[in-house]
Amino acid sequence: MSPVFSEFVTTAHSPATDPRLHVWGYEIPVYLFLGGFTAGIMVLSGWALWRGRRNPRPHPTFSLASSGLFMLGLATISLGMLALFLDLGHKAYVWRLYLTMKPWSPMSWGSWILLLVYPVLAAAVLLEPPARLVRLIPSIGPLSQRLADDMRVRRALGFVSMVTGIGLGIYTGILLSALGARPLWSSGLLGPLFLASGLSSSAAFAHWASPEPEERRQMAWLDNLFLVIELALIGMLLIGLASSTEAHAEAARLVLGGPFTAVFWIGVVGLGIVLPLVIQSLAVTQRIIHTPIAPILVMLGGLALRFVIVYAGQYSHWPRLS
Amino acid sequence: MNNVSRRRFLKITGAGASVAATAGVLGSLPGLRAAKGPVEKGIRTVPTFCDLCFWKCNAIATVKDGVLWKIEGNPEDPLSRGRLCPRGTGGVGAHFDTDRLRAPLLRASVRGEEKWTEVTWDEALGHVAEKMLKIKAEYGPEAVALFSHGIGGTFLKHTLKAFGSPNSAAPSYAQCRGPRDAGFELTFGEAIGSPERTDIQNARCLVLIGSHLGENMHNTQVQEFADAIGSGATIIVADPRFSIAASKAKHYLPIKPGTDIALLLAWMNVLVGEGLYDKEYVAAHGFGFEAFASEVLPFTPEWAYPETGIEPDVIRETAREMARHRPATLVHPGRHATWYGDDAQRGRAIALLNALLGSWGRKGGFYQPASMNVPAYPYPPYPKPARGKVDNPDHRYPFASEAITTGIREATITGKPYPVKGWVVYATNLIQALPNEAETIRAIQALDLLVVVDVVGSEIAGWADVVLPEATYLERYEELNVELFREPFVALRQPVVEPTADQKPNWWIARELAVKLGLGAFYPWKTIEEYLDHRLKGAGLSLAVLQKKGLVSAPRPPIYYEEGVPPQFATPSKKIEFYSVQLKDKGFDPVPRFKRPAAGPPGSFRLLFGRAPVHTFSRTQTNPVLAQAMSENEVWLNADEAERAGLRTGDRVRLRNQDGVLSNPIKLKATQAIRADCVYLVHGFGHTAKGLRRALGKGASDAQLVTRYETDPLMGGTGMNVNFVTLEREA
Amino acid sequence: MARLGMVIDTRRCVGCMDCVVACKTENQTPEGMNRDWITYATRGRYPRLSMTIQSERCNHCDNPPCVSCCPTGASHVHEWGGFVLVTKEECIGCKACLASCPYDARYLHPDGYADKCTFCIHRVEKGQDPACVSVCPTRCMHFGDLDDPESEVSRLLASRKHHAVLPEAGTKPRIFYLE
Repeated sequence: MSPVFSEFVTTAHSPATDPRLHVWGYEIPVYLFLGGFTAGIMVLSGWALWRGRRNPRPHPTFSLASSGLFMLGLATISLGMLALFLDLGHKAYVWRLYLTMKPWSPMSWGSWILLLVYPVLAAAVLLEPPARLVRLIPSIGPLSQRLADDMRVRRALGFVSMVTGIGLGIYTGILLSALGARPLWSSGLLGPLFLASGLSSSAAFAHWASPEPEERRQMAWLDNLFLVIELALIGMLLIGLASSTEAHAEAARLVLGGPFTAVFWIGVVGLGIVLPLVIQSLAVTQRIIHTPIAPILVMLGGLALRFVIVYAGQYSHWPRLS
Repeated sequence: MNNVSRRRFLKITGAGASVAATAGVLGSLPGLRAAKGPVEKGIRTVPTFCDLCFWKCNAIATVKDGVLWKIEGNPEDPLSRGRLCPRGTGGVGAHFDTDRLRAPLLRASVRGEEKWTEVTWDEALGHVAEKMLKIKAEYGPEAVALFSHGIGGTFLKHTLKAFGSPNSAAPSYAQCRGPRDAGFELTFGEAIGSPERTDIQNARCLVLIGSHLGENMHNTQVQEFADAIGSGATIIVADPRFSIAASKAKHYLPIKPGTDIALLLAWMNVLVGEGLYDKEYVAAHGFGFEAFASEVLPFTPEWAYPETGIEPDVIRETAREMARHRPATLVHPGRHATWYGDDAQRGRAIALLNALLGSWGRKGGFYQPASMNVPAYPYPPYPKPARGKVDNPDHRYPFASEAITTGIREATITGKPYPVKGWVVYATNLIQALPNEAETIRAIQALDLLVVVDVVGSEIAGWADVVLPEATYLERYEELNVELFREPFVALRQPVVEPTADQKPNWWIARELAVKLGLGAFYPWKTIEEYLDHRLKGAGLSLAVLQKKGLVSAPRPPIYYEEGVPPQFATPSKKIEFYSVQLKDKGFDPVPRFKRPAAGPPGSFRLLFGRAPVHTFSRTQTNPVLAQAMSENEVWLNADEAERAGLRTGDRVRLRNQDGVLSNPIKLKATQAIRADCVYLVHGFGHTAKGLRRALGKGASDAQLVTRYETDPLMGGTGMNVNFVTLEREA
Repeated sequence: MARLGMVIDTRRCVGCMDCVVACKTENQTPEGMNRDWITYATRGRYPRLSMTIQSERCNHCDNPPCVSCCPTGASHVHEWGGFVLVTKEECIGCKACLASCPYDARYLHPDGYADKCTFCIHRVEKGQDPACVSVCPTRCMHFGDLDDPESEVSRLLASRKHHAVLPEAGTKPRIFYLE
């Protein structure tokens, strides 16, 4: 029996905030994952473009140097935006996002970045359009040839792709960290963490789906790097929260003994980062063959990370008993 | 977007919101647009007075585009001073309540099964009249009794009197205020009344015995309570529960339930023993003080300590505090006083304590209220009943000054002193209002006729033979409210909106029934407006004036002895009776004595109940606005006891009382704010009537668990805090 | 420039919920959603207890995170008085503002847009107080210009100890509770 009893009762029972905030469901973590994945593709493939790599195969593939990944990016970002759209409460007014730019609103930044992502991806696809597209619009053929042969265009596009990808990957984290009312998100590390996770997921995919064996090995190695960075960022995030105010420490405790502990350490960290790290390390050092197992775990782990952060974040709050 | 266009958007939003919103929650309830006929446009305000409880605050209702919008207090009103309580503010919900009765109903199977046939008013009232006349022929008109609560029962009382029955009772006497009124009548010769004549706003010291002002929301009382707090008055609260009022108190006394008389006696002992009482006042107005002083001599704080659990120096300190502020020290008489069966004596003890402090008739204590003179309507004389009232045969309860509901019930069950075969019940849910539901049902089964007039289909309506739907206060005229208060006034209730279905006002029901009973001569007025105007003209006013203003006040007369009110006491000695010879003559204690209340079975908790500020008894739980504020009650259990039992706040439990009655599931509130030996819940929930769809199954009913009660031998009040419960976890 | 705010006397407040009911009828808020609410904080062990009762709502903060996070500008500060308002035709229902409010003062209207207390601007524009302030039977609520040193709210704040809710959240709320 505690020495001094404290009881806090409120009559507030609005469905969105009682007992804790729950305004965002599966749509937002799904978007965050797909957005991060697309961002990773844009950074990695953009880097390949910028470095002058070209696709050795006659048709688009999921190699970094090829437009296959950029096309996949168009699909994943579209799916992500569909998820975002489904989440909106006032869907008929979504176009309001594009009548204004609010510099203090990361979501406003995001809505414009998302708009920018499309032309960048489309331009990159244009460098190596699929045959079906060329048959549909024959004028694309010579245009793409001209662009693809111009090194400056390739490098410029690669650079823009990287920058846009970094913006896309980071802003989702900033969007959450700007919401200071939810202490779990209140860290500058959330943006880099989401970027690292997006890079990791896309590298994992490339590791799995690239037709070039050397590139697959490279991507596994790169993915491991990103996974280690992700682990480090998670560690720093939790340490930062736990050593900050009581509200932040209580938020960190949600995954350090609280209701989200199991799913976080087993799902996100264990199965999503550590296990694939081990598997991929063994594959990279050629002790075992490369299989899809690790990449799949990495991608599922990335999705799980978004779910935990979004759900646990809404659960965290500023305590009221003072 | 520039600022101007944003503002324009806001204006459009505002207008759009209100139109959309009135079509929102309340207005979109099916078929409940208030206006019939051409839809009006614009804002219309109508003054009336509230009916959510019995205070009758004057209000102004606002209608927007033909739909009832909101209700606010009338700034001219001395009761509400322009501000209604949450129930009054939520009164719009009474109009929009989808669980309202819509048409007259005739029972279609056995009593209590709640199977009905909808009929016309003609059929329903014809049936009632037929049955009443049959009862009259066989048993006499006295065999029909009226139970009613509130001003709306006035015309039904008139009809029943015209019919020839003397039997009419309100539960507010024997189940509520009766004991304290008896106690004050025995001491000062006058009852406390309602609104209570308590000068809280001027009190420098306010003592509350179990009274939980702030949760008990009688508007003027709470407003004055806040004024007293704001002006720094000392608040002393004795309550087994740390109520809202207790949280405002300088001294909170965690008294053992049922031992208030011991505390009161000890306080009186200190005041007398230390000579702190108002000697001049007592000498001028008191009778039998010496005998009284010697009676309270043994009841020292040390004697009271083991009984009450309150330390002796706390008793002394609080007694001295009371004396320090006299005569502006008000020991509040409470309102619902039917607790342990010795409640009239407790009321008397409170009266005596006030008498010692000299607060009766003085500023900050009890003032003399006044009322306007509005003559009654000149009716023909009522027939003299062949037999006397049935509720208190041979004055077995010698000091009952009003009819005893449970006495009528007993006569109905036993047939003695004579049979009661018909009940007309207006606006009181007897199943939850009277103790021991089983007896009420037994009585009902002995009836030839049970008629219930109400706004919603409550539990008592479920047992009726005929259910008559009344229009809400927002849809009807009413008897005038000629209030007895600090400032006298007369107030009008008038329709604001149309009824939502085939509901009728009580005056119409009473008159039509009278006509069918052949008593049309007792309703000489053609329209209710004619009736009201006639009465008002007798006071130099008119209906037109009242329709516009809602109320008309008279100037505040002198209300304190200090202002010249002559001290007069309608007691046998014509003085304040410190020692009551009439009590002694009837075999009762002339000065209150303490009797320890019986303990409950080991491991059980005493069941206590009280009020919430957003509900009135069991009648508002289907009001959609108020139900949103509080949809169910909780059972308060001491946190340490809860931990011992492995229970946590939010767990669902059932309460089982000493007779094995099991309650509905109810949420637990584990709290430090209550003693370990009792549990508490708000009265009025745990509805079982199928017609109360919004409230069905929400929370538990304390009334269901009150199977035992102690009857006060002085006036027949039914003490209900004598039941004990254990808690069972709901699977 | 007027900065409107509230001062609420917790000594007088009895937590009766009249403010909640009045807001509901005045503003016709959706079923199950309220723009204001009551909190009861009880401390101690029986019988030595204390209770603080507060009527709470959107604080119309001076530094409103709900305004800065809004991507369309639907959530904005009004041109006078400092009201924090939502233009529902500009709201997309993204709910960032709901997540950004440390007081959980907002709700999503069933029609899809974010909604909350407006300090009854439609009444204030006509010279009246917000509905909650006007109805309070204990007269514990006061509304006025915090920038005017002669206003009742300013004088109350100058003369009595007071606090705001979650000042550490950095939002600079404009509702103060007298102790």
